[in-house]
Amino acid sequence: MTAITAAGVRRRFGEREVLRGLDLSLADGEFVALLGRSGSGKTTLLRIFGGLDPGFEGDVLVPERRAVVFQEPRLLPWQRVLPNVSLGLPAGPAGGRHGLRRLSLGALAEVGLGDRAGAWPVTLSGGEAQRVALARALVREPQLMLLDEPFGALDALTRSRMHVLVQDLCARHQPAVLLVTHDVDEAITLADRVLLLADGVITFAGPVTLDRPREPGSPEFIGLRQQLLAELGLNTRGEGKSRI
Amino acid sequence: MADTTINTARPGAAVATELVRPSLVRQRTPRFRIPRLARRVTGPVLVIALWQALSGAHVFTAFELASPLAVVDAGRQLWGEGALQSAMLVSLQRVAAGLAVGVVAGVALAVITGLFWVGEDLLDPVIQAARAVPILGLLPLVIIWLGVGEMPKVFLVALAVTFPVYLNTHAGIRGVDMKLVEAGQTFGLTWQGLVRKVILPGALPGFLVGLRFALVGCWAIIVVAEEINAQSGLGYLIMQAQTTNRTDIMCLCLAIYAILGIAADAIVRLLERYLLVWRRGFKGA
Repeated sequence: MTAITAAGVRRRFGEREVLRGLDLSLADGEFVALLGRSGSGKTTLLRIFGGLDPGFEGDVLVPERRAVVFQEPRLLPWQRVLPNVSLGLPAGPAGGRHGLRRLSLGALAEVGLGDRAGAWPVTLSGGEAQRVALARALVREPQLMLLDEPFGALDALTRSRMHVLVQDLCARHQPAVLLVTHDVDEAITLADRVLLLADGVITFAGPVTLDRPREPGSPEFIGLRQQLLAELGLNTRGEGKSRI
Repeated sequence: MADTTINTARPGAAVATELVRPSLVRQRTPRFRIPRLARRVTGPVLVIALWQALSGAHVFTAFELASPLAVVDAGRQLWGEGALQSAMLVSLQRVAAGLAVGVVAGVALAVITGLFWVGEDLLDPVIQAARAVPILGLLPLVIIWLGVGEMPKVFLVALAVTFPVYLNTHAGIRGVDMKLVEAGQTFGLTWQGLVRKVILPGALPGFLVGLRFALVGCWAIIVVAEEINAQSGLGYLIMQAQTTNRTDIMCLCLAIYAILGIAADAIVRLLERYLLVWRRGFKGA
């Protein structure tokens, strides 16, 4: 079974062709990180998979149950945290309104925000808001999670806490995940497989075989980082910049 | 106590930098604090006091402008006769009816033009053109169409309410963050759900601004509507006062209009505080 099959994906914005016949497939439960420079078309591809961009050419198949976590939390400011989590969920199969509430509270507890169900979004910190967005994605039990640089706006400490949380959640729920990022270390820490997007096609694909939890200081980690940075066309030695 | 500062100053930095306390914003600590309400009341009270003083000094005669005390006397007298209550009630009823019709019409039009481009292209030019027509210029036509009963008055108020409500609600709908709409779509909201949970709540602040404009506008219209061919209402009281040169009654009615206008605005502000609790904006210094 596969979670994504995409063949010959093209997307043009005016004169500029951002995606040029891209092929990609994701296995069930696989965590794939898609690396690329700004403007390389990462987000464009993710929006296509999310169903937010109908203007592409090519053949794309994705599961019905999928969820997106955007770069910004995108919580409705006029709804408290709990209804934001359960937004758009059908009340039927989960056992009516009551079941929906229980389900959403469960998801909030999983991201460590069980006590903030009644809070207004403006009162949350950046990290908390992004965790609510994560709970909102999780509560749908998605077969495919699309993460669009969800930790990009967080500080380093909060980001590494989020990495631990995401790994926990993915181990438990086993969705296929496509993580779009420009942070090489983040990709190596989280992914089973790393893809590089450049010039509108996948230019590199490689598995990450390091044991979890992954230590950014380990020689294998550093080696893989150097390899990926070289693929991205950056010349670095040892502890270089990991964000591109 | 350990000294945690380590001297890392460069030897070359010979000139000592002069340091100041970081205070761009001065904190004021008044010795006694005047309550907010008292501060807000002070201005109007001073104006009335000045008015009374000028009247007392015979700067103008009672024929030109009654003194505040005379206005209060007139109020007491009319209240005793029951004329004031009934006039206020009639005016309030007309405004309430016109307001209800106007708000519904304004919101309905804004939803149609805000959600659908077809609606915008068909209706918006018509509404903009109608908005440019001075409402009082319609008066002769309105009398021909609707006669001289309650209908024309309610109609004029409704018209004055519709436009500001329409404009601000429409702007509110179009101003809803596209990113939130997208989020709603990806999380499975239906079109109706999107309108109900994302677009309309997002347009609510705009609607409330429109409502505040409308509340001022509708009182302005009702005065004129009642001064022409009416047998009741505050505007009618003013017209009667004109024939007998009673400036005290004129001022009384104007004061009542002002008070009703302030009260209506206060109600909407209260409504804003209740409906927009989720906002945390700049509250002023």
